[in-house]
Amino acid sequence: MQVPLSWYLIVAAALFCIGLYGALSRRNAIAILMGVELMLNSVNINLLAFWRHVEIVRGMLSGQVFAIIVITVAAAEAAVGLALVIAVYRTRKTVDVEDVDLMKL
Amino acid sequence: MVVTQVIFIILSAVALIGALGVVLSRNLFHAAIFLVLSFVGVAGFYVLLEAEFLAMIQILVYVGAISILIIFAIMLSRRLMSPDFRASNEQWLWALVAAVALFAILVIVLIQVDWPVAQAEVPSDTLVELGKALVDPGQYLLVFEVASVLLLVALVGAVIVARER
Repeated sequence: MQVPLSWYLIVAAALFCIGLYGALSRRNAIAILMGVELMLNSVNINLLAFWRHVEIVRGMLSGQVFAIIVITVAAAEAAVGLALVIAVYRTRKTVDVEDVDLMKL
Repeated sequence: MVVTQVIFIILSAVALIGALGVVLSRNLFHAAIFLVLSFVGVAGFYVLLEAEFLAMIQILVYVGAISILIIFAIMLSRRLMSPDFRASNEQWLWALVAAVALFAILVIVLIQVDWPVAQAEVPSDTLVELGKALVDPGQYLLVFEVASVLLLVALVGAVIVARER
């Protein structure tokens, strides 16, 4: 185990911030979903890095189980999110989130 | 510099270049391909962390399923792939400031904290233990079942939402 824990945490933080920027700055709804997927991935790196470096001495696996659940939720989120994008595209002929602001005050 | 550290740096370059490509490329299809690159880099991290099963799941679910789903959605709304479409909104500068500030704060905190790192070998039967833990009522059986119900609900919901009326 020669790679220190903090390296993983810093790379995951960078990945999270890139995903955050993508989710906040893109106009296309699909691009926003891709940013969210990047953020979920970076969280998974953190979970597994902590499992490998901290939790493992106790012989527990909650880091891995948590990562599996996060992947499951990410898959569900992608399916429902892209279905919403398709539905919006079919009714309004756009996937630009700035044109879909009916609920905005 | 040890071999694993070199591998780690290569993997981080792959993952971060992929992520930057997702965020910065104007063509949405290229962004999806970069997303696959980033997912593969993250799978490499899992291998380096000796969580091989998670690396396989990452390849199967993210590279195999989610990115294909995203590419399908891009192709179904293909009109917007035109190069003159403005990719980012007016608040991109604030988003950049927020992301960079968050990264700076995170790095400062991460470097200062003294993590309780332990040196231990990964037991060889991790996968067996993981399988047992997922169906053990004393451990994660409830979580496992809730996750399966969530997947079912998401499947039905996606079909109903995207259905032609």
